[in-house]
Amino acid sequence: MKLAYWMYAGPAHIGTLRIASSFKNVHAIMHAPLGDDYFNVMRSMLSRERNFTPVTTSVVDRNVLARGSQEKVVDNITRKDAEEHPDLIVLTPTCTSSILQEDLHNFVERAQLEAKGDVMLADVNHYRFNELQAADRTLHQIVQYYIEKARKKGELPEGKTAKPSVNIIGNSTLGFHNQHDCTELKRLMADLGIEVNTIIPEGAAVHDLKKLPQAWFNLVPYRELGLTTASYLEEQFGTPYVDITPMGVVETARCIRKIQQVINAQGAEVDYEDFINEQTLHVSQAAWFSRSIDCQNLTGKKAVVFGDNTHAAAITKILAREMGIHVVWAGTYCKYDADWFREQVSEYCDEVLITDDHGEIGDAIARVEPSAIFGTQMERHVGKRLDIPCGVIASPIHVQNFPIGYKPFLGYEGTNQITDLIYNSFTLGMEDHLLEIFGGHDTKEVITKGISAESDLNWTKDGQAELNKIPGFVRGKVKRNTEKFARERGIKEINAEVLYAAKEAVGA
Amino acid sequence: MTIAQQPEALNFECETGNYHTFCPISCVAWLYQKIEDSFFLVIGTKTCGYFLQNAMGVMIFAEPRYAMAELEEGDISAQLNDYEELKRLCLQIKRDRNPSVIVWIGTCTTEIIKTDLEGLAPKLESEIGIPIVVARANGLDYAFTQGEDTVLAAMANRCPDKAPAAETETDKNERNAIQKLLNFGKKKEEVVQDESEYVDHPPLVLFGSLPDPVVTQLTLELKKQGIRVSGWLPAKRFTELPVIEEGYYVAGVNPFLSRTATTLMRRRKCKLIGAPFPIGPDGTRAWIEKICSVFGITPQGLDEREAQIWESIEDYVKLIRGKSVFFMGDNLLEISQARFLVRCGMTVHEIGIPYMDKRYQAAELALLEKTCHEMGVPLPKIVEKPDNYNQLQRIYELKPDLVITGMAHANPLEARGINTKWSVEFTFAQIHGFTNARDILELVTRPLRRNNNLKDLGWDKLVREEAKI
Repeated sequence: MKLAYWMYAGPAHIGTLRIASSFKNVHAIMHAPLGDDYFNVMRSMLSRERNFTPVTTSVVDRNVLARGSQEKVVDNITRKDAEEHPDLIVLTPTCTSSILQEDLHNFVERAQLEAKGDVMLADVNHYRFNELQAADRTLHQIVQYYIEKARKKGELPEGKTAKPSVNIIGNSTLGFHNQHDCTELKRLMADLGIEVNTIIPEGAAVHDLKKLPQAWFNLVPYRELGLTTASYLEEQFGTPYVDITPMGVVETARCIRKIQQVINAQGAEVDYEDFINEQTLHVSQAAWFSRSIDCQNLTGKKAVVFGDNTHAAAITKILAREMGIHVVWAGTYCKYDADWFREQVSEYCDEVLITDDHGEIGDAIARVEPSAIFGTQMERHVGKRLDIPCGVIASPIHVQNFPIGYKPFLGYEGTNQITDLIYNSFTLGMEDHLLEIFGGHDTKEVITKGISAESDLNWTKDGQAELNKIPGFVRGKVKRNTEKFARERGIKEINAEVLYAAKEAVGA
Repeated sequence: MTIAQQPEALNFECETGNYHTFCPISCVAWLYQKIEDSFFLVIGTKTCGYFLQNAMGVMIFAEPRYAMAELEEGDISAQLNDYEELKRLCLQIKRDRNPSVIVWIGTCTTEIIKTDLEGLAPKLESEIGIPIVVARANGLDYAFTQGEDTVLAAMANRCPDKAPAAETETDKNERNAIQKLLNFGKKKEEVVQDESEYVDHPPLVLFGSLPDPVVTQLTLELKKQGIRVSGWLPAKRFTELPVIEEGYYVAGVNPFLSRTATTLMRRRKCKLIGAPFPIGPDGTRAWIEKICSVFGITPQGLDEREAQIWESIEDYVKLIRGKSVFFMGDNLLEISQARFLVRCGMTVHEIGIPYMDKRYQAAELALLEKTCHEMGVPLPKIVEKPDNYNQLQRIYELKPDLVITGMAHANPLEARGINTKWSVEFTFAQIHGFTNARDILELVTRPLRRNNNLKDLGWDKLVREEAKI
């Protein structure tokens, strides 16, 4: 048992649901107790989805505990198949079904006999994998299923596309700025003269998966999601993959050079050097920013970085390599992939921190007192408590991290966005600091609006106590209204009853 | 519709139970705030933790007095000794927070692996010296607000069963020493004065967790009738749980407290006053009247009080009069809310509800029926354990003016031009008593007021029509 208040990566089934609901016309059925469908709320609220989240529950209740699910799961699958005609139904196990050890495989096979769509069981164990690992596995599982299905039917298309083309693997629902990243990557590929063959899983139809082998290469922008699928495709079809995250000026260039190498090896004969040069010097503002005196002022300032592997590693490199900022420590909560992280960042920071205990991270921030933090929502709150500004660079995230405006982290526009994020975090910190030194803004706190501080009214003890229970930011208003109410009625003493009578009278 | 077509009695149905609601462990969110010296330990998995973390939003960052005891593979396969594990964590909690009570919330997982929490608690309690209350608030058995019911039912067994003797009185005095200094000489006078305001009636204890301001409001409301509230379950602190002796009267303030009511009647030998719940001015009035009638008191001034409230909310009532509403059902407040909205002039198509205790809610159901007859609207269908998919089909067909629903469905329905109000807000807003009637309507009318602001923009339906296969 572990005492825990906060977790960075969710449970395994969340990963599976993120993949399933990213695809078009795929439905997930959770084998779970009532209330475990919180994923629907998150998807509907955080990403402001207009459509119903295609996730339902085959409810595990007392009857299921006593007698097993019996026909229930099968019925739920065939019912959903008839109601919504999904191409695929993914039966999703949860922590509860993990310990019930029902033969979900058997349910899937039985349901498949009746269902018109395909049915599969997500192969994830709650106690072995977290959200990110489960997402990676589920994506691979679905791709493999449809590749093999097409192969059996002899529907796998032969050969590659005529022009160089790419599959972009790893954009998913509830991913950090994924929708904007996706647009930016498509734009980048268009600029490079590369056709986008498919993008999975977000917005893809499962029937398109058989087209995957036609691409010249696969691009995996995020470390956490898609690598297993890319290496499967390499092993099956020899399709090479590029797994350099194009985040930051240097890494974007590195990613593009790798793409050049990969497609030239297949006879494309492209040279992207001029493009990289033009973008770096004149389109992205990030390189120019590094030279500007704004950035000079940041030299040697202390920062700490924490997040998932992809974002924490990329931001660490940008801070250290592109802006001359002193990264005291960089950390990740992807403990299962810690070696990769260490290898990526160790030359760019003093210390590497691998943990998923938010208390330890809070302490590490307090210890080094950085000028700015780059982390998740949790680090933002640590920053609030310690009065240190924080830029949010990775999940877990809140609704404000699903901006409506165009805010990619990847590609050349991404470098601009990241520059703003970093610079704004630091200047805010500076401004605060200067204000403190010079004694704050030259403004007076507005306490009353035209009511004299002198009061001929008495507040009884219980009245005062009730008033004190009212949240601070409206207390002044309530006090004024109550006194006004009392004055109008000639009440001399204000107790709790008068207070609430006044509330009713003004209807507030 | 003519009167003749109306069904005679309320119509109860039961569907598949495929609906969205919060897990009952969410009750820790409001109960840890209510009971100030408590610590809630949820013994479950990452799934439970993920839910709490996301459902509680910003509260999670405020160093809440709750935590997960996260079960690992070793706990599931019993390679680890659950007693030792719980002892280790509870000692850590004692050291860091020193609470007056630790509440263990049993979850689906502890049910399935049959962890004997009720058996372990007394042993551990005597070993570490902190009371441990066990509540099995799991998704296998309960929905959302029923979590509070399981906690309060467990707490009911911890209420002292004897009025404080002289020695406890000194204890209390010691605790309040400083306060006493401040009121030097005043205290006694007040008490004597207070006594005269009350009618002589058997002790009354109210149950249900409400924000402190609402507790004060309802207590004062009864005081006006000369009724003294001897205590509330729960109180602000665990150490202040009310005395409950055999023969005391108890009354519920929320419709989801049937287990607590049962415990108070059967285990503590109390007499339950079955009344409608004090939600809306009509409900509050009926609640007070019922309590008065049990004590043989003629209520004073309720007519005017209710009329006054109705008058003060008329601007909001005007907005919803004649409109229709559909409750998808997820927090068990639905019957009382529907009854209030019918009184406001709305028509209710359907009341979805997770669980319907017809005995505990009997008075509320009777009032709903009476209200419908008096307002001349058809009796709504009450659907227990609803099926959200079927409900959506009915919503498309009925096109209600307002759907009260969970957050999973709110945005998709809005995108289809259907007004929604998130039901969860009613659980956290102050909705009880005369004073807060306006707050309920503030919530109910918000989507309609929003529409009035946006009405000429032609942005009702924001999803692409896709060809149905």
